[in-house]
Amino acid sequence: MKLEKDKPVERLWNGIYVENPVFCLILGMCPTLATTTSATNAIGMGLSTTAILTASNLMISLLKKVIPDRMRIPSYIVIIASFVTIVEFLMEGFTPEIYAALGIYIPLIVVNCIIMGRAEAYAGKKGPVASIFDGLGMGFGFTLALLLIGSVREIVGAGTWFGFKVTPGIYEPVNLFILAPGAFLVMAFFVAIMNKLKIGAARRTNWDPTENGCTDCSSCAKLGFCSGKAAVTEEAGKKAEEVQG
Amino acid sequence: MNIMLLALSAALINNVVLSQFLGICAFLGVSKKSKTAVGMGVAVTFVLTLASFVCGVIYRYLLVPFSLEYLKTIAFILIVAALVQFVEMFLKKYIKTLYDALGVYLPLITTNCAVLGVALLNVQKDYDILTGTVYGLFTALGFFLAIVILAFIREKIEYNNVPKSFQGFPIVMVTAALMSIAFFGFSSF
Repeated sequence: MKLEKDKPVERLWNGIYVENPVFCLILGMCPTLATTTSATNAIGMGLSTTAILTASNLMISLLKKVIPDRMRIPSYIVIIASFVTIVEFLMEGFTPEIYAALGIYIPLIVVNCIIMGRAEAYAGKKGPVASIFDGLGMGFGFTLALLLIGSVREIVGAGTWFGFKVTPGIYEPVNLFILAPGAFLVMAFFVAIMNKLKIGAARRTNWDPTENGCTDCSSCAKLGFCSGKAAVTEEAGKKAEEVQG
Repeated sequence: MNIMLLALSAALINNVVLSQFLGICAFLGVSKKSKTAVGMGVAVTFVLTLASFVCGVIYRYLLVPFSLEYLKTIAFILIVAALVQFVEMFLKKYIKTLYDALGVYLPLITTNCAVLGVALLNVQKDYDILTGTVYGLFTALGFFLAIVILAFIREKIEYNNVPKSFQGFPIVMVTAALMSIAFFGFSSF
């Protein structure tokens, strides 16, 4: 399937399938693992991240000529943190149950690398309309991935889906799956399945960090299986030092 | 006694990585070699302890008196970013040996969600400044423990015959899952 670049449909498809932030790029692991204890929580986290991502993408795209290059990162952080605070208030007011269930992970959306990554790789360079759809696409891709992991964990671990019982009475739920180890296991099997089907892996080998706004690899979860074009930890550190003078 | 219990629980029972999923990116990304893992662990310990202290002071003496608590997310992330820069400049000038050891990892800690997470948890749980700092220190030690153990295991996995689909990321996740189950054992104390 060939789509015209930077058009709304292409951006949505890119975020949901081609560069799915969770399964293809392995970004945003903290919320992915922490908030997928049930399908409801997964949807809540996914949609709030989508809202923040779209809003911050739009704002950054509009302000890209005003923000000086050197002050780029701090400005992005302030913009993102402001939207996170707004969403936090809205969720506290309108969906208090989800707000209580997600707890500290809502303010932590500030440090979600998907949002910073898109600001750096896309919104800071492209126009506002394309940036909105990039945010929506990435956000929906993130939400769908979370929903998939959350559904598996809830059905296997509690025998329910969105709170309704879906398994037959003789099924004994494996409690481990809604606890912490289950998150790691389910994620491991999803990526293994994608490797087997050559969905994610084929793409990851083509991953060129220099083209995708990666500035360093050390804090990146892709380090172990990136295309290898990335600078190794030490080199990235030296580069960071040079930039800071 | 109470603070001992809190420290133990922060480091082992509610391990920051393995049961709270904070700082996963660094945990997975920098655990390929034990040497880099130790460097990252030390840098996180240093910044996290300092950040939980500074955030505690600013929250208690600046945000609360002016009833600006709702600005805590923005304030804390800026404090962490500024602190990391400041620590880097300070070490570069005065403690060169420590800077050479940590230098590479310091700028990367700004986006480590464990640092912001602990600062926010301190506020949420209403810890005073001393308790918050101790909590931060031992949470960081828990991170150190987890990342170093994972790095040692990963160095051994290199020589193992892992199924093709599980090579790379998935086997690391399975390892983390098993470590997480092991750490679960602490909660029965």
